Amino acid sequence: MQYMLLLTEPETEFAKRTHPEHATEYWGGWRAFIDAIAQAGIIVNGDGLQGPHTATTVRVRDGKRIVQDGPFADTKEQLGGYFVIEVPDLDTALEWAARAPSASYASVEVRPVLPPMTPPAA
Amino acid sequence: MDPARLAAERVARGSYGRLVALLAARSRDIASAEDALADALVAALRTWPERGIPANPDAWLLTAARNRMRNAYRHRTITVAAEPDLALLHLPDGDEPQAIPDERLKLMFVCAHPAIEAGIRTPLMLQTILGLDAARIGSTFLVSPATMGQRLVRAKAKIKEAGLRFDIPSPADMPGRLAEVLDAVYAAYGVGWDGHHGGDAGIRDLAQEAVFLGRLLVALLPDEPEAKGLLALMLYCEARREARSDGEGRFIPLERQDARLWSRDLIIEAEALLIAASGFGRFGRYQCEAAIQSVHVQRPITGRTDHHALLTLYRLLAERHPSIGALLGYAAVLVEAGRAAEAMALLDALPADDIRTHQPYWVTLARTQDALGLPEAASASLETAIGLTGSDAVRAFLRTLLDPR
Repeated sequence: MQYMLLLTEPETEFAKRTHPEHATEYWGGWRAFIDAIAQAGIIVNGDGLQGPHTATTVRVRDGKRIVQDGPFADTKEQLGGYFVIEVPDLDTALEWAARAPSASYASVEVRPVLPPMTPPAA
Repeated sequence: MDPARLAAERVARGSYGRLVALLAARSRDIASAEDALADALVAALRTWPERGIPANPDAWLLTAARNRMRNAYRHRTITVAAEPDLALLHLPDGDEPQAIPDERLKLMFVCAHPAIEAGIRTPLMLQTILGLDAARIGSTFLVSPATMGQRLVRAKAKIKEAGLRFDIPSPADMPGRLAEVLDAVYAAYGVGWDGHHGGDAGIRDLAQEAVFLGRLLVALLPDEPEAKGLLALMLYCEARREARSDGEGRFIPLERQDARLWSRDLIIEAEALLIAASGFGRFGRYQCEAAIQSVHVQRPITGRTDHHALLTLYRLLAERHPSIGALLGYAAVLVEAGRAAEAMALLDALPADDIRTHQPYWVTLARTQDALGLPEAASASLETAIGLTGSDAVRAFLRTLLDPR
């Protein structure tokens, strides 16, 4: 089955990405995780995302486009990246999720990917 | 009742969980497995009286249910590409009794999986392993049948759609995962125990169902001392069932029970389990709680309760597994040992949110206050406890403590 690991981070961690003292340690932790998950050969897809300050949210209401600066929800933890992995079951997906650096200071949501639908039988 | 119906019902009772576990193990689709088995049982009741009971009723039901599951998947108008049709074709053929593997343990670990909400694990286990219906489970858990039905459906959907693992946990994960399974079984026993004084036969049976699950776990996990500890604990409690209330259903506390009414057979079985468990040399909450019960059943033999042993065991339990029940038990034993001030300090340190509506806390507090020479405070605590009690028999008993004041 395929699962998406939604990796969220608090503002303090996003700040470390470019911090002169903390950047090496921050990226070192993620590099180790990414190397391990790549080595396991289970990555279907995955990316890190730029920080929430770069987010723009769009809604269409009554045919009108409403564009807003910032992420869709104002929460302490914001999406910082994701992986889609192919593993046999949720338990294995949770094992990988627990290894992400952010699992120790924020949280990782694990969701099964909706399987492709086949058209109704004729 | 005709033999075919009797055979079908006997199979339903004894093999329900075994067949559901087997049908769901690969597809993870518990709901479909239950539907297919229900259909197969209906077919059995129709067919067996005419053609006779098959030599191996389990295998007959398994084949019938498996065919129904295959057809159900085939007839679904919109099929999902990942639907496990292929897996279904590989179901083992159960033509011989020995060929039907027992997958119930895997099903129990799925029911008590950390990804399943804690409150629904026990109901889920009662339904999938024992075949109890949502209405009966709902009534024992004080939830409407419709609500309980929905929660069970949701939990089964999560198991299937999120792809929970149907397997025995690895040795590294076993202690934590097993504790969750044991807790779910013990919760079923707790509901049965609490309900005992209400006289509801359905609830009383639930204690028996929990004991059945406990025996199943001991049989399937012979090397896990905590499974033995849990079964021993439940059997010690079961042994005192007849002594727990008088002819009019009034509650009798342990220290005033007539030990001649205790079941010798159950106590002997419990003691043997506890001895076997201790041979593994691995401490566990349930072994410790069973050991506490073992101390209590020594009273009729030695003529006294060994408070020193109780103090040691409760202190161990309070340190290693500081649940509210363990801490209250420790406090009560401290009072018995004449150390009420220490008991009060322990009670004072409990988090307010955990105790505000916890009836046993107020009973223990009242005993402690009494021992400290604070009768008015003790009365007030007892009043609070009475207000929090759900059982008529226990309420009546607590009133008798209040009245002589």
